[in-house]
Amino acid sequence: MTHTISILCDDIPGVMTRISGLFSRRGFNIESLTVGHTERPGKSRFTIVVEGDDGVLEQVRKQLQKLVHVIKVWDLDHERILEREHALVKVEVHEQDRANLLQLITVLQARILNSSGSIWVLEITGDSKSVDSAINLLSQYTILESIRTGKIALEQGAKERGPSNRL
Amino acid sequence: MKKGKSTGAKALVRTLEKAGTELIFGYPGGANLPIYEALQRSTIRHIQARHEQGAAHMADGFARASGKTGVCLATSGPGATNLVTGIATAYMDSSPMLAITGQVSRTMIGNDAFQEVDITGITMPITKHNYLIQSAHQVAPIIEEAFYLAGSGRRGPVVVDIPKDVQTDEFANQHEKRRVLEGYNPTTKGHPGQIKRAAAVLREAQRPVIIAGGGVISSNTYTDVAEFVKTLGIPVVHTLMGKSAFDNYNPLNLGLFGYHGSRAANTAVSKSDLILAIGTRFGDRSTGPLASFARDAKIIHIDVDPAEIGKNVPAYLPIVGDIADVLPRLTSLLSNSSNIQSPTEHPRAAWTATLLKQRESINNGNNGKINDKGLDQARLTTPVALAAAAEAFPNALLVTDVGRHQIFAAQHFPVAAGRNFITSGGLGTMGFGLPAAIGAALAQPEKKVVLITGDGSFLMNIQELITAAETGINLTVMVMNDRRLGMIQQLQDGFYSSRFDVSRFTQDIQFDRLAADFGCRGDRAASESELQHAVVAAAQAEGVTVIDCKIGEEEHVYPMVTGRNLLELTEGEA
Repeated sequence: MTHTISILCDDIPGVMTRISGLFSRRGFNIESLTVGHTERPGKSRFTIVVEGDDGVLEQVRKQLQKLVHVIKVWDLDHERILEREHALVKVEVHEQDRANLLQLITVLQARILNSSGSIWVLEITGDSKSVDSAINLLSQYTILESIRTGKIALEQGAKERGPSNRL
Repeated sequence: MKKGKSTGAKALVRTLEKAGTELIFGYPGGANLPIYEALQRSTIRHIQARHEQGAAHMADGFARASGKTGVCLATSGPGATNLVTGIATAYMDSSPMLAITGQVSRTMIGNDAFQEVDITGITMPITKHNYLIQSAHQVAPIIEEAFYLAGSGRRGPVVVDIPKDVQTDEFANQHEKRRVLEGYNPTTKGHPGQIKRAAAVLREAQRPVIIAGGGVISSNTYTDVAEFVKTLGIPVVHTLMGKSAFDNYNPLNLGLFGYHGSRAANTAVSKSDLILAIGTRFGDRSTGPLASFARDAKIIHIDVDPAEIGKNVPAYLPIVGDIADVLPRLTSLLSNSSNIQSPTEHPRAAWTATLLKQRESINNGNNGKINDKGLDQARLTTPVALAAAAEAFPNALLVTDVGRHQIFAAQHFPVAAGRNFITSGGLGTMGFGLPAAIGAALAQPEKKVVLITGDGSFLMNIQELITAAETGINLTVMVMNDRRLGMIQQLQDGFYSSRFDVSRFTQDIQFDRLAADFGCRGDRAASESELQHAVVAAAQAEGVTVIDCKIGEEEHVYPMVTGRNLLELTEGEA
């Protein structure tokens, strides 16, 4: 099953290699990985999406927790997760399709970042599923390039209430 | 140099001294010479190995024998990669080690410079943590932190890579404070509720057994284990790493369990209703196939590393913490409880008695077997050699290499509780024995250190005999020389087509002569009586003695699990 792992760690060189190494060694393919600064100076938060066996992943979580620069690891609760992902999609639009595309953009709450002639760059934000379906809907036009940030996620409510603090 | 200034190399040596380092095991090279320069003005004694792998195992052996963090030093590139097997060996057996490597200068890093290798990248999965130091003023705080990490929580090796220009750089010498490590807080105090629950379960158990692992030794809790056993009268089995966790002469010690465990020990684990696992990670050589492991048993698992709980076997009751904190509290709960019956009255007394009886009958069988052969006519076998050595070296600190002799040593050479048995359990590193024995002998000069090795393992780091002779240690090396790789042959016999091209050596090496050339005392024995003389002489001799034990066609080492669970044992030709 798919897990969204959130990791709070020190923001220092090498921490990304240490973290991703623990996944790859056990054959996990990381579906997405985002990292950025947090409310605390010098600390970063990773959001990693992986698919895999629950038991093996639990072992990875414990091993992550053992890394000296990892402060806390959460396997985010799917019931309580708040997630967002960002995508940029470059589409080629012919004259006759413009009206339809504009309508779709409104429905998707997407934004036009740039348009030069028939090439438009759209910006989409939402949870991973809505980004999936937005891209799916846009694929009726010619998608020249697209990029997704991977998801960032937090749990709702008071912080540090993840289900990972069992031991 | 100006007043109040220091260099990275000087800061390193000063910090090592401050941390109480007495010995460094190392080998020089272009990228660590500034450190050697600084070491000349230090009180730290440098032991010059003949190969960096030897230096790493020496530091490891020193650590295992003393409980202190062992320090080794190598240059960049090949010097650093030669340490890798030693680092991995220490990592698998949770041995505290600080490995310092020279690195090419900062401006050269990443340019494929001469003798450049990314040693922090290479050692990431086999260290507790590692560092590449970027500036001279960081040297002292990082070395302090490295010692703290290596020697706390679950012990392990830490690598510190120091570029050559960081070693020579001058910096204003002021004390830098160690960082706070928010992400590293090993749990040492056991949860009181869990300990209470464990006491309750233990009181009720009908067929309890203790599994003592290597954690007992790294936490120095052998007396706590003995105290606990005295209170409850429960039988004890041990893992390979836990051999010296509990006095081997104690009647309640059923010995090694697992893949090469005795029938009594494996029965105890397999039929138990409650296992108290102390400092063990339930490695595959202990459990055998997991699906059939101890199916009736609830497991109380005490370990300092939460990642070990439930990793291989489910824990009914996990207690994360230092054994030194948890076990005495558990003992006192059990001895204070009013309704505790004396060890002989409790229903579990019958269970214990059955196991002891089973062990007794097996022992008698073995004794008969050895005596049958008579003295001088007896062809020398490893168990015979071990029995003679055990008699000549009571209270020995026993070190082994890896292979068939290792298992024989675990089974046939009893040791007292304490840091008295050193072996490469997790990684199974052939060539570990000799350098580890050197480190151990330097750590415990008062003890009689005996290395049991095989001709295969011994040859893998034999160059360290020179180091051994130079250091002035007392050490007895017994080479079980059967001109073959015994364990490999046993596997080929059991599971392959018994073709031994790669497990038999044609050359008959005279290890006594070789030892003499390397500055040691050489002796040889081809019969039991020759061996008895040799071990007695070795026990009285100063310096390093190598006894070339001419073992004939050796028997396989049994028992060995050949089936789907720990009770499907092959017990040999007896």
